[in-house]
Amino acid sequence: MTGTEPEAEDDAPAVEDSAVEDSAVEDSVDPHALDAGHADLLARLEAELGDAIVEHEPRFGDPVVRVRRDAWRRAAEFAKTKLDCDYLSFISAIDWNPAPREGDEDSGDTSSPVQPQEVTYGAAGSEGRFQVFAHVQSTSRHWGLTLKVDIDEQGLLAESWVPVYPGADWHERECWEMFGIAFDGHPALRHLYLPFEFEGHPLRKDFALLARVVKPWPGLVDVEPMPEEETTDEGAEAGDESE
Amino acid sequence: MILNLGPQHPATHGTLRIVVRLDGERVISADPIIGYMHRGYEKLTEFRTYPQITTLINRIDWLSSFANEVPFIAAAEQLMGIQAPPRAQYIRTTLTELSRIATFLLFLGEMGLQVGALTPAFYGFRDREHILNLIEAATGGRFHPNFNRIGGLKDDLPWGWVNDTRTAMKTVFDACDTFEDLVAGNEIFEARTRSIGIIPAELGAAYGVSGSNLRASGVNWDLRRDGKPYLVYPELDFRVWTHPDGDSYARYWVRLQETREAARMVLQLLDKMPSGPIMTKVPLIIKVPAGEVWVETENPLGQMGYYVVSRGATGPFRVKIRSASFSNVSILPWLLRGVFVADVITILGSLYFILGDIDR
Repeated sequence: MTGTEPEAEDDAPAVEDSAVEDSAVEDSVDPHALDAGHADLLARLEAELGDAIVEHEPRFGDPVVRVRRDAWRRAAEFAKTKLDCDYLSFISAIDWNPAPREGDEDSGDTSSPVQPQEVTYGAAGSEGRFQVFAHVQSTSRHWGLTLKVDIDEQGLLAESWVPVYPGADWHERECWEMFGIAFDGHPALRHLYLPFEFEGHPLRKDFALLARVVKPWPGLVDVEPMPEEETTDEGAEAGDESE
Repeated sequence: MILNLGPQHPATHGTLRIVVRLDGERVISADPIIGYMHRGYEKLTEFRTYPQITTLINRIDWLSSFANEVPFIAAAEQLMGIQAPPRAQYIRTTLTELSRIATFLLFLGEMGLQVGALTPAFYGFRDREHILNLIEAATGGRFHPNFNRIGGLKDDLPWGWVNDTRTAMKTVFDACDTFEDLVAGNEIFEARTRSIGIIPAELGAAYGVSGSNLRASGVNWDLRRDGKPYLVYPELDFRVWTHPDGDSYARYWVRLQETREAARMVLQLLDKMPSGPIMTKVPLIIKVPAGEVWVETENPLGQMGYYVVSRGATGPFRVKIRSASFSNVSILPWLLRGVFVADVITILGSLYFILGDIDR
């Protein structure tokens, strides 16, 4: 046993290194690659919607298409009837605003990820603060499509997809209560997850995470302020009172 | 009459409340009220780093936690442009299929319970124990493995695990035979489930019903085979089972076949399991480049996906969690209209949802 062990150890790193290199080489996936089926999909969508398409970008094989707000439902109808996208994956929204207090290093809270404070938009950009996005798929042709629409803060309204995909009902209710974006033509926009009397829109970036308002997130909890130091932090004051 | 089914009712498998309006024993309308378990994962993800998030998403569909982790890790890996080594991919696939078997064995037993048969439920729990032991031996956790890492896995398989798994698959095949005789072939069970709760394929798709529920309506669509390839499924030889009827019985039957198929896949995976490293090189502090990605996988309950928006930080900017049960349950108001109260229970059972997966 003792004779074989060093050999095995010598071999092991060599195998590991070569494998790692191999996988690193074959992995350079081009995020903008688009296969033939998707290129065709995009071309047909462009032919139908024309200038209602603001921007489009292939992303890991699925085209991301941003449409104008007045073409939101038309895009869904076209996707369902002409592009065979009969399956609704989800509808949701993004709030592009940077959060006011997110992993603030100055206050000692480094456990939370620090996001860049300037707004940088994702796959196909955005013009408003909010963006409603949805993913539809074809059960027979096996392709998918991400549709996006920009919503500005003045008119928080998008066309409802319920007449096209009945499953949009719950997704839009969730989107409405979480972001405050209303859907024109939705049969009953009422709370889905939250209690009826709940106020505010929790998934907006300016809605503070309750746990962090009540108590600063780890790191700060166990740190007692130095005696001569001014305690300005809410959490530290609360800690003093309890003592 | 208005009947409140739940929030605590044995047939709802958790805190799901359904307000059912009745005319005699017929359901006029049913309104599911969810959110009793809403934990706001989508908000929480914005306050966590990528490696921390796997602990959260373990708790979405808690009966197949391992399968939940896979699409999220894959999303981060795709954005970073890295890939786990082959051995890690094989182990991931094996554990995903094992969690599929575990959760389906529970379903196959519990479904008997919905029509009043107690024995199959005990059989289901007993046989699932073998699978849970395997998952525990490999990952250290029975329910929340938290085993995936960006770029690979936490650990390699323990000694003897492969042989133990081979032995356990025999138990799975035996269990499936038992359930086929005891439940699927039972007259009472057939009478209670056939032609009840029929989901038409087209409507099911428009509602986003996925996985076995949609395949039981005759839609031959499985993300493991169709669409973007993930893990090592392209290298496996397996059959996608469908049933033309779309009723409660069809959903039971499809899951029964899929349990067997998953066991066959596990045996194939064990035979082909390559050697080599289980982690690729990743930086100590993981920062994911800015971008957006949508990754979806075929989880036991159906299509599960994550839409991850990154802005180059150590944590995601926005994560949309697309869970299977949410869409599967959204069809209930339509599906329950006009059925008997007793059938509501079998339909709920046959849809097979997990409350954590609805409420997130």
